[in-house]
Amino acid sequence: MTEDIAMPAWKRWFEGIGDQVAFFLKFVKNIFTGGFEWSEFVRQCFEIGYRSLMLVGITSFIMGVVLILQLRPTLVAFGAASMLPKTLSVSFIREIGPVIIGIICAGKIASSIGAELGSMKVTEQLDAMDVSGANPTQYLVVTRILATTFMVPLLSVIGDAIGLFGGFLALNLRDSISLQLYFTKVIAALDFTDLLPAIIKTIFFGFAIGFVGCYKGFSSNKGTESVGVAANSAVVTASLWIFVIDAIAVQVTSLLFYN
Amino acid sequence: METTEIKIGNKQPEDTGGETVVCIQGLKKSFGDKHVLKDINLDLKRGENIVILGRSGTGKSVTIQCIVGMLTPDEGSVKVFGQDVSEMSEEELKELRKKIGFLFQSGALFDSMTVRENLEFPLTRVLKLTDQDEIDRRVKEALESVGLADAIDKMPSDLSGGMRKRAGLARTIIVEPEIMLYDEPTTGLDPITSREISDLILSIQKKQKTSSIIITHDMECARIASDRVLIMEDGKYIAEGSFDELSNSKDEIVGSYFKDIS
Repeated sequence: MTEDIAMPAWKRWFEGIGDQVAFFLKFVKNIFTGGFEWSEFVRQCFEIGYRSLMLVGITSFIMGVVLILQLRPTLVAFGAASMLPKTLSVSFIREIGPVIIGIICAGKIASSIGAELGSMKVTEQLDAMDVSGANPTQYLVVTRILATTFMVPLLSVIGDAIGLFGGFLALNLRDSISLQLYFTKVIAALDFTDLLPAIIKTIFFGFAIGFVGCYKGFSSNKGTESVGVAANSAVVTASLWIFVIDAIAVQVTSLLFYN
Repeated sequence: METTEIKIGNKQPEDTGGETVVCIQGLKKSFGDKHVLKDINLDLKRGENIVILGRSGTGKSVTIQCIVGMLTPDEGSVKVFGQDVSEMSEEELKELRKKIGFLFQSGALFDSMTVRENLEFPLTRVLKLTDQDEIDRRVKEALESVGLADAIDKMPSDLSGGMRKRAGLARTIIVEPEIMLYDEPTTGLDPITSREISDLILSIQKKQKTSSIIITHDMECARIASDRVLIMEDGKYIAEGSFDELSNSKDEIVGSYFKDIS
């Protein structure tokens, strides 16, 4: 239960950091102790993955189309229209796909987890689980964080494929290129150093989305207003974390592969 | 406000055997500058039902939250089955909570689960039962005992307020706790449903031999379910006795709780 005690902002900030570290340690401890909630994990994978697929698919498709339409005039002006599939694949796989899909997932999944757990807190469901002797961290937190960590990379891979297909359709509006040739060029443009870092950073995106959503939900105050605050705060914080993780990932990738 | 502590009798239930299951001594709890509990002393005997009456914000719920370790006392001790709750490890607290049932004001049903799944939850997660026949039998029995057998596959959102409370009660008693803590079990219910819940509380005490602390504003619930009544005012108990004894009190504050009782 939150004990509201008036304290200076800096102290609250440090307390928040401490709470998050404690929450993380509790999460890690609960992965390895007690029985893993497989059925809840699978349910969360379905909720998080399947129910976000349509949104991720449509957005990725549109991004692929728009990128081709935006890139084409510039590349044509330089006589490099044949570079369009390569340019799209590298930019989409390395950066645009993971970040856009990460942001969409932050909006959809982190808010949904924050609101769900926040409303469970408000309606005393978390307390009820806790005082019954059950383990809410194991049932609610571990399953959700692992589900987002597992599903966001999967959504990202699917979104990348759909985005590249959108690029193919957009390219065929003006030019004519076969699907086989297009994807041959797309795949030829990519190598290990494009794919692996992109997938690894989406794993961190997924973790951040799940962690922030769960933490904001669990740490919300008792009042209906706090459910909205938890959802909103989860989206903002998770989105911010995605950019921070992306910046770190780009730097690490550059140091490891491009120097 | 200056209050004088008065003791009007100290009736104990006949079948208690005298064993104290909850012993609170000198309990103090503050939230910032607000001193909610100032000096609480309470003994709950085995098989006894204690009702705590008091105005909103006097610390009734805080008292029972200290018993299950949801809140840590600032001063004083809360002993359950002889063990100090604030000195327990996480694992010990978890074990203790298996013996305590806590009915929340709202029922606190898990709203993503059906009534059946709500009742199965403590059986599979707390008691770690794996035999599905045993689980089904206990779920059926618990729901029948609260008159909700027909609602087994309903979602909490499809239940009325009274049904939600009864389902919450079924989920709490399904693990057969030794101590029951009720946080305003009849608040927001119509008089008939309130009476049904109060009768249920009494029947649970008789059937499962539980010891209970009931926080309520409902005088009918207090009359039906109590062996002993405590009146709380400004973070302290100001009166203690049986319902009949307190209802005849000449004290102004105590009398104000009973003035509408015919």
